Amino acid sequence: MRTSLVIMKRELQGYFSTPLAYVFLFVFLFFANFLTFRSPFFEARQADLRIFFDVLPVLFIFLVPAIGMRLWAEERKSGTIEMLFSLPVRVGEAVLGKFLAAWVFIGASLLLTFPMIVTVNYLGSPDNGVIAAGYLGAFFLSGCYLAVSMFCSSISSSQVVSFILSVMACTVFVFADYPSVLVVLQKFASPGMIEAVENMSFVVHFESIRRGVIEFTDITFYVFFIAGWISAACVVLHGRREA
Amino acid sequence: MYVAIHYGREPSVINVKKLKKRFGPITAVDGVSFSAAKGDVLGFIGPNGAGKTTTMRMIACLTRPDEGTAEINGFDIWNDSLNVRRSIGYLPENTPLYGEMTTLSFLRFIVDIRGIAGGDKERELERVIDICSLGEVVHQSIETLSKGYRKRVGLAQTLIGDPAVLILDEPTDGLDPNQKRDIRSLIVNMAQDKSIIVSTHILEEIEAICNRAIVINRGRIAADATPEEFRKQGGGRIDEFFETVTRGSE
Repeated sequence: MRTSLVIMKRELQGYFSTPLAYVFLFVFLFFANFLTFRSPFFEARQADLRIFFDVLPVLFIFLVPAIGMRLWAEERKSGTIEMLFSLPVRVGEAVLGKFLAAWVFIGASLLLTFPMIVTVNYLGSPDNGVIAAGYLGAFFLSGCYLAVSMFCSSISSSQVVSFILSVMACTVFVFADYPSVLVVLQKFASPGMIEAVENMSFVVHFESIRRGVIEFTDITFYVFFIAGWISAACVVLHGRREA
Repeated sequence: MYVAIHYGREPSVINVKKLKKRFGPITAVDGVSFSAAKGDVLGFIGPNGAGKTTTMRMIACLTRPDEGTAEINGFDIWNDSLNVRRSIGYLPENTPLYGEMTTLSFLRFIVDIRGIAGGDKERELERVIDICSLGEVVHQSIETLSKGYRKRVGLAQTLIGDPAVLILDEPTDGLDPNQKRDIRSLIVNMAQDKSIIVSTHILEEIEAICNRAIVINRGRIAADATPEEFRKQGGGRIDEFFETVTRGSE
């Protein structure tokens, strides 16, 4: 764990010593605010962050892979992965360190949307408990996108390829519960399979949390989903050494 | 500039046993065995694609051999990989480094990874910065450094924690003659209490820094002797000898 924290610290420093962190923060905060406060936020006359949490799953499809794409692809491309793994570092420790750094960074970006909370509290009296639950859900949600993106980054040495793969994979997981997808599935899949696909959707599990209902099953889904994709990245990177 | 020949007197720190590695139909390394003791500076020399880097990567636990194994400091490269990597300082080909970091923050990262803490941390940093003469560039970001300095930062990285074995893949590649000389004298100065493997395709380098050289050709050891013996066999010219052993099998 100590090694993971050392790697996490280095990664976080890396974000802020390049324009990456600042560009990401600017783009994320701009679109989060723009998409939330454009109509019908004021017309709805409701002091809550419903629209923000509606927008997030789609915004994350493009922005989280932008952070995740470089995690391993860049190390492979520049060859620093050779140096890193010649040090006494376990693959799992490195993967965890990098994941945590990116997740903490995205978490911090989410916290920087606090002016929205101030705004809705100024405009009315929202249920801040629901908002807090929404943020918790959003944090776990971003972890899912990130875990998928990190896996995609581990299989390619091209950041562009890993970005495109991540966006595609995240899109599938976001829209898995959409009626249009399920209608297609109904033609050939068994009801159990359809339910399974529906349950794989990030958004299904986000729905109840953002309404203030923190259910054990939803949190469990997120934890297992994230752990699964992190393990997959570990397997890929281990395999690279076996090759 | 020369290093005393130690082998035979010191126990082996590096023990490579019949390493074999295939990439598809190509056998990159084909049964390479050798050993090296403390004080040895072992030169790996051979044409491009001969299997030098693959052999070094296997010893540094970066790729798994198909057959054979190696012991570093008594630890097996695959079963005890973490301890092997604690005993090794590895400089990969082309010196990949985190360009956005400053020299100091990069070295500090390596010190942390190697678990050096407390007062030892600053002492260790001072030591390697001093050995590699990096004092002037500690606050400069690595991507703005000259090639010579980048190599030195790479070398400094391998020295942190004072590992018993150094594996340096083409440490002088792409440097100007002065920088080459600096790096060579650095290696020679470190040689007394370490076991060092240096790969190169510069013949003069073998004579300048190594007390023993292994010629690798097509994945096999074509010759293993001291540079003097190479010269003798080449009729006074080391390049003659190199050509004979590497072209002889074609």
